[in-house]
Amino acid sequence: MILLNGRISKFESFGAVDGPGLRFIVFFQGCNLRCACCHNPETWDYEGGTEYSSEEVLKRVLKFKDYFGDSGGVTFSGGEPLVQARFLGECANLCKENNIHTVLDTSGSILSGDVRDALKYIDLVLLDIKMTTEKDYFKYTKGSLKQTLDFMDELEKMKKDVWIRQVIIPGINDNEANAKRLKEIAKKYKYIKKIEYLPFRKLCVSKYDELGIDFKLINVPECDDETLKILWKHLI
Amino acid sequence: MKYEAWNGFKKGKWCNEIDVRDFIQKNYAAYSGDESFLSGPTERTTALNNKLLDLCEKERKNGGVLNIDTKTVSSLLNYEAGYIDKNNEIIVGLQTDSPLKRGVNPFGGLRLVKSSCEAYGYKMSDNILDEFKYRTTHNDGVFRIYTAEMLAARRSGVITGLPDAYGRGRIIGDYRRVSLYGIDRLIEFKKIDKAELGKNLMDTENIRKSEELYQQISFLEKLKEMAKLYGCDISKPAANSKEAVQWLYFAYLGAIKEQNGAAMSLGRVSTFLDIFFERDIKNGVLDETGVQEIIDDFVIKLRTARHLRTPEYNTLFGGDPMWITESIGGIGENGESLVTKSSFRILNTLYNLKSSPEPNLTVLWSKDLPFNFKRFCAKVSIDTNSIQYENDDIMRPVYGDDYGIACCVSAMKIGKQMQYFGARCNLPKLLLLAINGGRDEIGGLQIGPKQPVYEDEYLDYNKVMERYNTYKEWLCNLYVNTLNVIHYMHDKYAYEKTQMALHDTEVERFMAFGIAGLSVMADSLSAIRYAKVRVIRNKKGLITDYLVEGKFPKYGNDDDRVDAIASDITKSFYKELTKTTAYRNAMHTLSVLTITSNVVYGKKTGATPDGRAKGAPFAPGANPMHNREENGALASLNSVSKISYDCCHDGISCTFSVVPQALGSENLNREENLSGIIDGYFKNKGHHININVINKAQLEDAMKHPEKYPNLTIRVSGYAVNFQKLSKEQQLEVISRTFHERM
Repeated sequence: MILLNGRISKFESFGAVDGPGLRFIVFFQGCNLRCACCHNPETWDYEGGTEYSSEEVLKRVLKFKDYFGDSGGVTFSGGEPLVQARFLGECANLCKENNIHTVLDTSGSILSGDVRDALKYIDLVLLDIKMTTEKDYFKYTKGSLKQTLDFMDELEKMKKDVWIRQVIIPGINDNEANAKRLKEIAKKYKYIKKIEYLPFRKLCVSKYDELGIDFKLINVPECDDETLKILWKHLI
Repeated sequence: MKYEAWNGFKKGKWCNEIDVRDFIQKNYAAYSGDESFLSGPTERTTALNNKLLDLCEKERKNGGVLNIDTKTVSSLLNYEAGYIDKNNEIIVGLQTDSPLKRGVNPFGGLRLVKSSCEAYGYKMSDNILDEFKYRTTHNDGVFRIYTAEMLAARRSGVITGLPDAYGRGRIIGDYRRVSLYGIDRLIEFKKIDKAELGKNLMDTENIRKSEELYQQISFLEKLKEMAKLYGCDISKPAANSKEAVQWLYFAYLGAIKEQNGAAMSLGRVSTFLDIFFERDIKNGVLDETGVQEIIDDFVIKLRTARHLRTPEYNTLFGGDPMWITESIGGIGENGESLVTKSSFRILNTLYNLKSSPEPNLTVLWSKDLPFNFKRFCAKVSIDTNSIQYENDDIMRPVYGDDYGIACCVSAMKIGKQMQYFGARCNLPKLLLLAINGGRDEIGGLQIGPKQPVYEDEYLDYNKVMERYNTYKEWLCNLYVNTLNVIHYMHDKYAYEKTQMALHDTEVERFMAFGIAGLSVMADSLSAIRYAKVRVIRNKKGLITDYLVEGKFPKYGNDDDRVDAIASDITKSFYKELTKTTAYRNAMHTLSVLTITSNVVYGKKTGATPDGRAKGAPFAPGANPMHNREENGALASLNSVSKISYDCCHDGISCTFSVVPQALGSENLNREENLSGIIDGYFKNKGHHININVINKAQLEDAMKHPEKYPNLTIRVSGYAVNFQKLSKEQQLEVISRTFHERM
């Protein structure tokens, strides 16, 4: 195996909400989408972050092996990890060689040979279906829903376990129609193990200020638990 | 030896000698099920508890003290029997004749008690003042011997919190012995021991021991008399579980009437008592509700315990703590779990009686504990913030399987080992002294050996370390000698007669030293080594501030470059201490623990080379400095777990605060994830962790509206406190701590 270098935005040793159990999170640098609700605008720039080798990443992951127990492991998040698909594959492969459970947190907006190779070493995909119509998807992410759906077809072929996730943004997708469309999409796939709604939060505002980027949803209120409960009823 | 009270128990070595551990091992019933068997509070329990809660509220409104008996010297027989509600109590006994009324205990030091009374608007009676004119207190004794150097070090705060004016505490009587054997049998054994000592050469140590035994026997007699005031005869073993709890509580009560030690811990009683409960259940005498009711009542009594302290004392140890530490669970030397139903029941008191800092519930955690118990503990932590966890897997090889925790993190074999509590050395202050040639950076007084103030403009790592090592040598020697004085005098003038009567006659002694400000120290040295630190001098030529140029690795990020510094500092300090012989050949031990004193220590310490401003609080215990962690909670724990327990047998304290949402999206996940954090931390050889699952916003709200949160309990360094009992400064410091979130 050729050992590659990749760009990492940061490491977080304590993740309990991005996949099962306790997880070490690797935030990849660089993103192909521009989601309005993005929490990590510092990860967008392909040139940002710090360069690490896949072995260095593994070394960091291994330091937390004792915390992983039966269900935890590593989560590759970002940014969009698929932007660095070969590097991702190498990191995930090294983790699997060390019996570490691997999760990929992605928008599913890139599909290539390298992506398919990388997915071989991923145990579970957290697939963020950002919006459920093409129009909204483009409006709020600058990407395309079709790509994500194609990606899902691929996951289905590979029999990959998937958790569907969606950030609920008040006034934008917190409606019954959206929930029903998500239900329709999910129905077609066998390997979906879980659907999670994530409440829209504005903890990231200070990051945008620091970077001098406009946070487009500044006037949108945070999402409350009640909204999620109501939506959940339409989904099941 | 045989008593009717022992019917139904499996016989063993414990029948012929004092051996509580053997009794437990032969008789306890391990439990691996879940919490569904537990009972809620009875009406009686709730009514009694409400009475106590009302009194606590009155106490709070009254400025922290409800009432003081200024006419009576606290001891076993000096108060009439006292009750919360005489007709509705199952377990009886109060420290004075009325709940929450504090006694005065001048044996440790008269002046402190006098000023404590005055601080709350009371005046100590002239009778007591007169009587103590003709007595020597522990405090008198110590100050007769203190050298000018000791006094200077003490005043500057480089060693501080010394137990030289009140009871030293941190001694755990084996209170279980009274329940299992009854007082008469214990006296009989002590008399045999005394007769044996009489055969030896009467040298200083032998005479001292003989006199101590005389005192032990005399106080066992008093303990029996004290129980009689409440209508109980504790001369024989307890015949049922109510008696077992009552006898044990009397023994503890005798200890806290006699001694006002900083930490008066309970030991490891729940699994012991479980044997009595199980026997009564089997005999059809008690049901689950009845068992829980006895435990609840016992805990209500423990929650009434108070000592009279000065406001200055409260700035060191905030929240009016007693450290009634109860050690729960753990694994036996044979690999079997020591968790019983009563391990659950004692935790259940946090629900039945609402959460509270006392007793200081301490789970001895092992990777091998039953899954159900681990999950339940995590649930209780999430719901109440009232539990601390200590690593049984690293303590068991050192202390066996019948040790208890005194205070926060100090392990000792119950009834077989004791410690001489030694407070702590302020490490960053020592570093500043070294840089300033032995002068206090605040005020400029010469405290240590004289050297020129550091000459260069930039701090050089090797030069600073050379200086530090010189001053460390000086201080460690002074520190041991100071403690030797303190404990000689405590043994002489304020010996723990009741507690030591509940120890083997031949005890092993530890002298427990401590360090504060470890993270500031590590980061300061890291800054000197990996960045450039320029010194700033005041008009007198003292170095009083520092400018850091460039970046440096900070403790709390799992970065070996700085974590190794923290680890080495600890090791070398311990090694240096062992070079000076400790009083009574005590074994030196070391802790990294500050309690809430990190605020005061910070206040007394000038600016440090890590960029910390003059007077700013230290991080508590072995915690990384607030908000210097950049890689998340587990990286922070990894840094702490690199401090080796091998050189810190008196404990390494870590306090961990996390917001509930960060632990997982669902309740069950949160419990399992929290349990996973503890498992991982301890597998990495971490020693101790306090857990708070709480939002910063909630604490801020509790500061603004104390009336909305009368029972808000949080864990600080090594113990729990009622948030409302902390000073405003301490509250702000707690809020400024890192709350781990990742949502």
